[in-house]
Amino acid sequence: MLLISCPHCGQRNESEFIHGGPARMRRPQDPSALADEAWVDYLTVPANPLGPIDEKWWHARGCGAWIVLRRDTMTHRFLPRSNDGS
Amino acid sequence: MQRYSLWSLARNALSHHQNWQRAWRSPPLKAEYDVIIIGAGGHGLATAHYLARNHGITHVAVLERGALGTGNIARNTVTIRSNYLRDESIPFYVKTVALFDELTKELNFNLMYSKRSMIDVVQTSPKMRDLRRRMLNMYNHGSTYEPLSVEELRRRIPSLTGGGPDSRLPILGGMLHPDAATCRHDAVAWGFARSADDQGVEMHQNTAVTALLRGPDGRICGVETNRGTVRAAKVAVVVSGHTTTITETIGLRLPIKTINLTAFVSEPVKPLIDVIVNCPDIGVYIIQSDRGELIIGGANDLGQSFRRDIKQSVFEDAVVAMLELFPAFKRLKLMRQWGGTLDISHDASPIVSKTPIGGLYVSAGWWGGFKAVPAGGYTLAHLIAKDEPHPLIEPFSLERFRHLDFVLEAGTTTAR
Repeated sequence: MLLISCPHCGQRNESEFIHGGPARMRRPQDPSALADEAWVDYLTVPANPLGPIDEKWWHARGCGAWIVLRRDTMTHRFLPRSNDGS
Repeated sequence: MQRYSLWSLARNALSHHQNWQRAWRSPPLKAEYDVIIIGAGGHGLATAHYLARNHGITHVAVLERGALGTGNIARNTVTIRSNYLRDESIPFYVKTVALFDELTKELNFNLMYSKRSMIDVVQTSPKMRDLRRRMLNMYNHGSTYEPLSVEELRRRIPSLTGGGPDSRLPILGGMLHPDAATCRHDAVAWGFARSADDQGVEMHQNTAVTALLRGPDGRICGVETNRGTVRAAKVAVVVSGHTTTITETIGLRLPIKTINLTAFVSEPVKPLIDVIVNCPDIGVYIIQSDRGELIIGGANDLGQSFRRDIKQSVFEDAVVAMLELFPAFKRLKLMRQWGGTLDISHDASPIVSKTPIGGLYVSAGWWGGFKAVPAGGYTLAHLIAKDEPHPLIEPFSLERFRHLDFVLEAGTTTAR
């Protein structure tokens, strides 16, 4: 069980959260101007690093907030991430 | 190859089993091969076997980071079945069941193949509708699925005492898949390895591939390993879980996420369940092994993970689900648990495909890849030998993502 640090509730059990997938997948501004490859890339190819990854978590059984966390996919450790306002 | 038989057993017993041949050689690593297969797991070894057997290509090296057959081929729940949904998928899995039926004979290796059938325990009407739809589509492709009444279900699985009319999710009925089987998973890897070795294929253990290499023409030309550079015009990446880690060394990104799937076994008990029980509505499945242990499979861990252990939360969910239907298992002691890393593609169907890089082939995205080992190897060998996909895997190319032509199979696996 992971202990996830919610900015509102502090350290809470992972079972209170729902995993929300990769964070900051920026939708292309003008999809119709995009080449097929780039659009398919955006739709289907996720980042799959053996190491740190940014992902969303929903504190569904807690305060209800969506938070973005940086986690290592090998060690499950949460890592600090720069606060860029996202 | 020294054949295994009752006579060879008797003969070797006379010499106190001191004179058995080694099952495969450990030759020195050469600088060049015709084909390199990365990963000596089920799919990699099956590919090597069928490359030699069906296409006469034997100048092949199978490179393995650790020991042979210790990846997901050693970490699965040994279920062989063909109850899938899509027109593209069912024929592939029907083929794999057919290959498994003959595999013990073909490899001269006792796989302890047990065609014991699988029963889906259905507790919601949407799932029942879904399975009926699957049943009709499976009939079109020669697979088998039969509805069972609640009485028949309980007769076939006497320990299924939960799920009564007053429970949270009462059992509505079941589906019987008579083609389903189990077998000894290690024997699949060892059998294929022994047979491939006999035909001239080389297996190199403790040989970790660190990068793929491209020639000046952009085609693949070999791999970098911890034991030096090995060259080959054709390279197949068959590494389950770490596919992207390898392909990204030459900048090839794939529609794959690596996740962790959990399973565990109980202490050995007397025979309790003689079929494979799958409970899709609550997310658990149970098989009793030949040693008497109940093998219990749960859901996947949320989020991407390259770990091979299991999380307490996932484990608890599976146990709670199991006790809803099998309350008598409350006192079972659980002995071992493990996780495996799966690389799941965007549509939960496998990828057996050429890549944009000439000479580079990928077999990945296997959710329940154990059952697919013979057909996966059979079709990948065809693809490598002829550079054209076998008709059974044509729908599973990387091109399908480009055309958004998905083969959606989430829900026919343990995915909830």
